[in-house]
Parts: sequence; C-alpha cells; structure tokens
Amino acid sequence: MSHRSFVWLCLLPLSISTAAFFLLPMAKLLITGSEGPKGFSEYLSIVVEPRYRMTLINTVVLAAATTVTTLVVATITGMFLQRHRFPGRSLLIAILTFPLAFPGVVVGFMIILLAGRQGLIGEVTSRLSGDKLVFAYSIHGLFLGYLYFSIPRVILTIMAAAQKLDPGLEEAARSLGAGPWAVQRDVVLPALMPAFVAAGAIAFATAMGAFGTAFTLATNIDVLPMLIYTEFTLAGNLATSAALSIGLGVITWMILALARSFSGNAVAAAG
Amino acid sequence: MRDRMIFAAQLLFTMLVAAFLVVPAGLSMTAGITVNYFRGIQSGLTLQWVVQVWELYASTILLSFVIAFGTLAVTLLAGVPAAYALYIRGGRLSRGVEEIITLPVAIPGLALALGLLLTYGGFGDFRRSWLFILVGHVIFTMPFMVRSVMAVFANVDVKTLDEGAASLGASPWRRFRDVIVPNASPGILAGSLMVVTLSLGEFNLTWMLHTPLTKTLPIGLADSYASMRLEVASAYTLIFFIMIIPLLVAMQWFGGRGGVR
Repeated sequence: MSHRSFVWLCLLPLSISTAAFFLLPMAKLLITGSEGPKGFSEYLSIVVEPRYRMTLINTVVLAAATTVTTLVVATITGMFLQRHRFPGRSLLIAILTFPLAFPGVVVGFMIILLAGRQGLIGEVTSRLSGDKLVFAYSIHGLFLGYLYFSIPRVILTIMAAAQKLDPGLEEAARSLGAGPWAVQRDVVLPALMPAFVAAGAIAFATAMGAFGTAFTLATNIDVLPMLIYTEFTLAGNLATSAALSIGLGVITWMILALARSFSGNAVAAAG
Repeated sequence: MRDRMIFAAQLLFTMLVAAFLVVPAGLSMTAGITVNYFRGIQSGLTLQWVVQVWELYASTILLSFVIAFGTLAVTLLAGVPAAYALYIRGGRLSRGVEEIITLPVAIPGLALALGLLLTYGGFGDFRRSWLFILVGHVIFTMPFMVRSVMAVFANVDVKTLDEGAASLGASPWRRFRDVIVPNASPGILAGSLMVVTLSLGEFNLTWMLHTPLTKTLPIGLADSYASMRLEVASAYTLIFFIMIIPLLVAMQWFGGRGGVR
C-alpha cells in the first residue's frame, strides 16, 4: 500500500464518525430550526421575540459578569502565586486547581452547600443577624457557580503566561522611575493581554452555554440553556429549541474563534 | 513595610479564594459520612449513606466506567491515526478537518444532543442503548485526543522519523506501529486521561441522551441532588471525588496539558 493511501485510510474512521454523528446532526438541527410555523424567521426570534431577547440579554450579562470577576480574582491570585515562594504555596495551588474536573452538576451542589437552604452562608448569617441568607437557587447562585467553575482554569492560564514574562522589562521600567502601580498598569497587564483574552473567552463561552449548574440549582433561572431545555422537553417545541441552540452555538463559537484569532491557540472544555 | 502589607493582603485574598473552592468540597465530603448533617458532626460518623448510594446507584457508576472506557477505545482507534494523518499531510484541508472536529468543544452540549436526538431518535434500539450516549461522548472528547497527540508530533519531529524509517524500507503500517505510536505515547497518555475524565463527568449531552435504563454517574448525581436527602447526595459526590481524584493527580503527574487551555 502506498503511503498516500495509508494516510487517507488513517483519516477514514474519524471522517465517518464526524460526518455521521456531528455534521449530519448539525445539518438536521439547522433544518429543524426552519421547519416551525414561522419558517426561517424562527432564527430571528432569539433577538426579535421580547421574551427570548430578555433571556439572551440575561445570559450575556451573566457571562460578562462572570468573565470580568473571574479575570480580576484569577489575576490577583495567579500573579501572587507566580511571583512569591512561601511555605504552603504548592498546597494553595493544588487547592485552587483541584475543582478543574468537576462537572457542572457537582459545581451546582457545591453552591447549594454554600448558599442553599441548609448552606453555610445561611447558617452564618442567621446566627449573626437572625436573617438567613439563601441565594443558591437564583441567578446569583448561578453566578457563584460559574465563578467556582472558571477560577481554576483562568488561574492556570494566568500563571503560565506570567511565567513567560520577561522580568527585565519590569526592572527597566522601575529603573526609569515608574512606581509599582505604573509598572503593573503599563508593563505587566499589557503583556498579559493575550492570556486575558484567551482565558476570558473560555470563561464567557462556558457561562453562556453550560447547563449542568443551572439545572442543579433551579429549572426556572432565566438563561438561554435552560430556555432551550424547557422549550424542548416541556413545550415540545422542536423548531424553537433547535433555532435557539443554533443561535447559542454560533455565539459561543464566534467568541472562541475571535479570541483565538487575537491570541493564538485556545481550546475550551465547556462544562 | 509597605511590601509586607501588600504581600499579606494578597496572601489573604488568595486564601479566601482557596477557601471558596475547598470549603464546599470539604462540607460535602463530611456530610456524606455524617449521621445527620443538620445536627452536625457530633451526631456521629457513619458509612450508611455510602452503602445506600451503592445500593441505589451502583449501576450508574458501572455504566459510567463502561462508557468512559468505550469512549477511550474509540477515540484511540479513530483519533490517533487521524492525528498522524492530519499532521503528516498538513495544508489547508488538514487544518479544515481539525477545525471541524474541534467545533464540538465550542458548541454547547445541548445543541449537539438535540442534533443527535433529531437525527437518530427514531432508531429505537440505538436510542435506548448506552451506545447512544457513547456516540455523544466520542464527538465531544475526540478533539482532546487528536490535539494532544498532534501537539506531541510537533515536538518530536515525527516527519523526519517517519521518512527515516521509510528510507529503510519499512511499510506504512509498520512505521505507524513501531515509530509513530511509541513516539506519540506522551500525547496519547495525556489525551487518554483527559478523555476518561471528561467522559466520567459529562452531563450536558448525557442528560438529553439518557433513558431511565441508561443513567450515568452525573445523571445519578443530578437525580440525587433533586430528590435525595443531603447526606445521600453528599455521599454520592464523595464517591465521585474518590473516582476522579486519582485521574487528576495522574494528569498533573504526567504534566499532561491535554490541549485544555
């Protein structure tokens, strides 16, 4: 057998499985989205229909808030851990990265243990002020859940990027008279920009499309994945759920593709 | 003095973040072996919840392992040769193929699952079997295997090795078996750990694809969170932690970055 045909043979199993179980289903999803009573305009309903548009805005705001908060938190901790050596440092790093493999449902349960009806925050607040603070089963709980999910990932990215920074640049800035804040603002943060974009895009896309956490916390949180799920299972509305999930897929894919074109390679594991 | 203050403030902040991540996990682990979580640890320690979880959900744990290792087998058989072909061939077509197989990472699991349901939901026997879930997991995890193997190829200059073996008269299949695969083993290992970890924890797709008879561990977890007492849900989560932690440690140990970032 020639080398050329061997290479083609090597690609065959993957091509067949991708065509049958990814491309074909996606094509079917696209067609189904236009087969409802509204035809192709179903695809516009995600922005035209007020109820869906509200859900889309909610989801985008939640994802943006998650991204910004995660980036701030992870930059402070990641830079700190990368810059300092002290006893217990590797334990802290282990703790901060250990939730990486938690699925969304488990993250949801973690939030219930923190802020649910029998949760720690409720316990502490009811002892302190008599009022029991319970917010797990709402969009605030979901926000906390996405932070829990994203912080470990982003910390790893920031630490890897900070390791590659040239300390000479900071020294040069200092020797030219820049104060510590100016060095951070004008030298360190711009150099970390590609890492921010890559990590931020992953956090954003995950917060847009993840389903497990919201599902565990409450089924009536008004975010896009829950809307798709309820349209499909409860309302049996195939066309709408197909069109909405295509819309959601296009948004998350575009964000990741934009970030990748800006900062090189980044593959996300959406949970 | 000022530097000490900044250091202390940052350390405190980092410890708070670590507490946010570790405290609920710790709560869940202790709740799983506490007689009554509401009354706290002084109510005594017990394994009754773990036993109860095992009685109720052992089948989900077993099925999760079957699907994870089945997914691993398929991603190895289809993914490793494909990674080789894509790397050796190069060019626009290869980049296009790589782009397409990576799409399922960016597209939410819900959309993938809906597509599979709409296309194959009518094939009753297939729809009802665990193979339906396996198919979803294969599509979702394949890019991690392919990309982690391709990353190794880029580092060890597999093209030269391959051409060297070819000039010595080795057939394509022998070269693949005796030169390519051994050289790719770090990537194969990293990819395998990633595939198994992702498959064991996959929920988004699986929730849509499962039937009452094909429940995996994360489906069982969601079920217990919704309908069982907190101690049972915690004991179940504890079992999941015990399963997943060795995999995580192995991933760190082998420095496997499995293309996650």
